[in-house]
Amino acid sequence: MKRTSRRRLADLGVAVLFLLPNITGFVVFTAGPVIFSLVVSFSNWNLQQTVPFQWVGLKNYVEMFHTEDFWLYFINTGYLMLAMPVSIAGSLILAMLLSQKIRGTVIYRTLYYLPSFTSGVALLILWKALYNPEFGPVNAAIGWLLHNLRLNDLAQFLSGHGIQPPEWLQSTRNLLGIETEHARLSGASWGIGARDAIMFMGVWMGIGGGNMLLYLAGLSNIPQDLYDAAEVDGANRWQIFRNVTWPCLAPTTFFIIVMSFIGGLQGGFEQARVMTGGGPAGTTTTLAYYIYTRAFEQFQIGYASAISWVLFIIIFTITLVNWRLGGKQVAE
Amino acid sequence: MAEMTPEQYQEYVGRRKRAAGTRRAVGTGARHLVLIVVGLTMLLPFTWMCLASFKHLSEVEEINPIPTTWHPENYIEVFKEIPFGRYYFNSVFVAAWVTFLQTLTSAMAAYAFARLHWPGRDTVFKLYLGTLMVPGVVTMIPNYTLVVKLHFLDTYSGLIVPAAFTAFGTFLLRQFMLTIPLALDEAARIDGASHWRVFWDVVMPLARPGVITLVIFTFMGNYGSFFWPLVLIKSEHLRTLPIGMLFFDSSYGKQTNLIMAASVMNILPLIILFICTQRFIVKGIQLGAVKG
Repeated sequence: MKRTSRRRLADLGVAVLFLLPNITGFVVFTAGPVIFSLVVSFSNWNLQQTVPFQWVGLKNYVEMFHTEDFWLYFINTGYLMLAMPVSIAGSLILAMLLSQKIRGTVIYRTLYYLPSFTSGVALLILWKALYNPEFGPVNAAIGWLLHNLRLNDLAQFLSGHGIQPPEWLQSTRNLLGIETEHARLSGASWGIGARDAIMFMGVWMGIGGGNMLLYLAGLSNIPQDLYDAAEVDGANRWQIFRNVTWPCLAPTTFFIIVMSFIGGLQGGFEQARVMTGGGPAGTTTTLAYYIYTRAFEQFQIGYASAISWVLFIIIFTITLVNWRLGGKQVAE
Repeated sequence: MAEMTPEQYQEYVGRRKRAAGTRRAVGTGARHLVLIVVGLTMLLPFTWMCLASFKHLSEVEEINPIPTTWHPENYIEVFKEIPFGRYYFNSVFVAAWVTFLQTLTSAMAAYAFARLHWPGRDTVFKLYLGTLMVPGVVTMIPNYTLVVKLHFLDTYSGLIVPAAFTAFGTFLLRQFMLTIPLALDEAARIDGASHWRVFWDVVMPLARPGVITLVIFTFMGNYGSFFWPLVLIKSEHLRTLPIGMLFFDSSYGKQTNLIMAASVMNILPLIILFICTQRFIVKGIQLGAVKG
C-alpha cells in the first residue's frame, strides 16, 4: 500500500513536468482569457482609446439587448442552422449507402469528403463566383432549365409573369419570409436570398464530411447478429432501420447534434467576411461576425466581449439542454 | 394453397431466387445512381473552377464552361500579380511550426494522462475536456490584446505561439496511448530508462498512427486558418494563403480567371495530401468522436 502511494506521488512530479508546457499554454491562452473577457465585458474598453477607460457595469449588455441589430443577427445565426437536420440526415443516408458492400466505396467517400476537406477561403470565393446572379453558372443553369423545360412559359401562362432566377447573395429574401426590419414574417420577403445561398453551400460542404465518416464508423460497429435476428423475425427494411440501426447509432447522432449546435452558433464568420461583408442589409451577419466587426473593425473590446459572453452562455445552455434530453435517450 | 409437386416446388424456389437476384441488382444499380449523382454534385463546382482558371478573361462570364482557347499562363500571371509564392511559404511555415509545437506539447500531456498514475489525474483530465467546450470567440479578443501587449502583432510568433497548445490533441493522443500495453513502460523502467526515454523511445513510436493523424489535422487546420491571421497580420509579406486570397479577391475581383487559378493552387496541395493520407484521416475522425 505504502509503496504504491509513494510511487503515485513520484509519478505526480513527473506528470507535472510533462504537463507543464501544455498547462502553461492552456492557462495563458484559454483559462486566463475566459475570465479576462468576462471582466472586460463590464468596461467600455476601446483599443483605440478614443474614450477614457471606465467600468460601466451591465451597460454593454443592456445596450446589446436594446439594439434591433443584435436580434437580427441572432435570427440570422439561427436561420443558418435550420439546415442542420437536412445535413445530418443526408450524412446518414450517404453513410448507409456506402456501408453496404458496393464497388467503389473509397472513390465515393473521397469525392464526398472533398468539399469539407478543402473548405476555406478558396471555396468561399469559388461559391461567390458560382452564385453571381448575372454571370454565375448557377443562374446560367437555372436559366437554361427554365427555358428548355418551358417552365417560364408555363409560369407566364399561369400567373402572367415569368420566373426570375434568385439573386442569391444580393437578396434579403429568405425561404421563411422573415422581414429584415422587424422580426415577423411576410410574403414580400419570401424567396431565395443570401442566407439560403450560404445554407445550401453549407449542406454541400458538410454532408459528406466528418459527420458521414462518424456515421460510417457507427454503422460498422453494429453487430451483424442484430440484423440477422431482425430478418429472422421477418422485419422489413424500415422496421430494421427503426429498431436496429437508428437506436444503435443514437450515441453518434447525439454527438453530431451537440457538435453541430456548438459549431453552428459560432458559425457564419468566414462566409460573411469573404462572400457578403455581412450584407445585404445585415442579413448574413451572424453573432460571430458581429463580434468580429465590433472588436476588430471598431475596436470596442468591452462591447464585443459582452456579445461573446452572451454567445458563450447560449452555447453552454444549449449544450446542457442537449445533454439532458439526449443523454437520457442514449442511456436507454 | 394447393399442394405442389416437387418439380413445381423446384421451379417456385428458382423463380424466387431469380427474382431476389434481380431485385438486388436493381437495388445496387439504384444505389450507384444515387451515389454517382451526389458525387457529380460534389465535383461540379471544382470542375467549373478548374475550367474557369484556364479561360481568357473575356470568356469567364460565358455560359459555356469549356474554354475555347486554353490559357495556362493564367497560373504564371497570378505569381506576377501577387506574391503568391510568399503566401505559400508563410502558410506552410506557420502551419509546420504550430504542428510541431502542438504535437509535442499534446504528446507530453497525453503521456501524463495515459501512462502515469497520479492523484487527481482523472479530475484534471475532465477539466481539460471541458475546455474543448469553450468557444473560440470568447478567447479570441483577450488573446488579441495579449498578443498586442507581447508585441507579437504582425509577426510570425503571434501566429504561432497562441496556436501551439490544444486540448484536442491531448485528448486524441491519450486515446491512442491507452491502447498500448502498460507492461512495456514497466519493463523499460525496470531496465533503468528515464520517463523521457520511455516517452520518446517506447510510447511515441507505438503511438505513431495517432501522432500522424494529429499532425495531418493540425497542419490542415492551420494551413487554412483564417480568423487569427486576418486580425493579426498587417504587412503584405506576412500574409498567409487565405489572407492573400481574400485581398486578391477584393482587389482583383473582376479577374475571375486569375482568382480561380489561385484558388486551384490553394486547394491542390490539400487534395494531394488528402488522397495520400486518407486512412489516417478517416481513422482519426472516428477515434476523436469516441468521447464519453
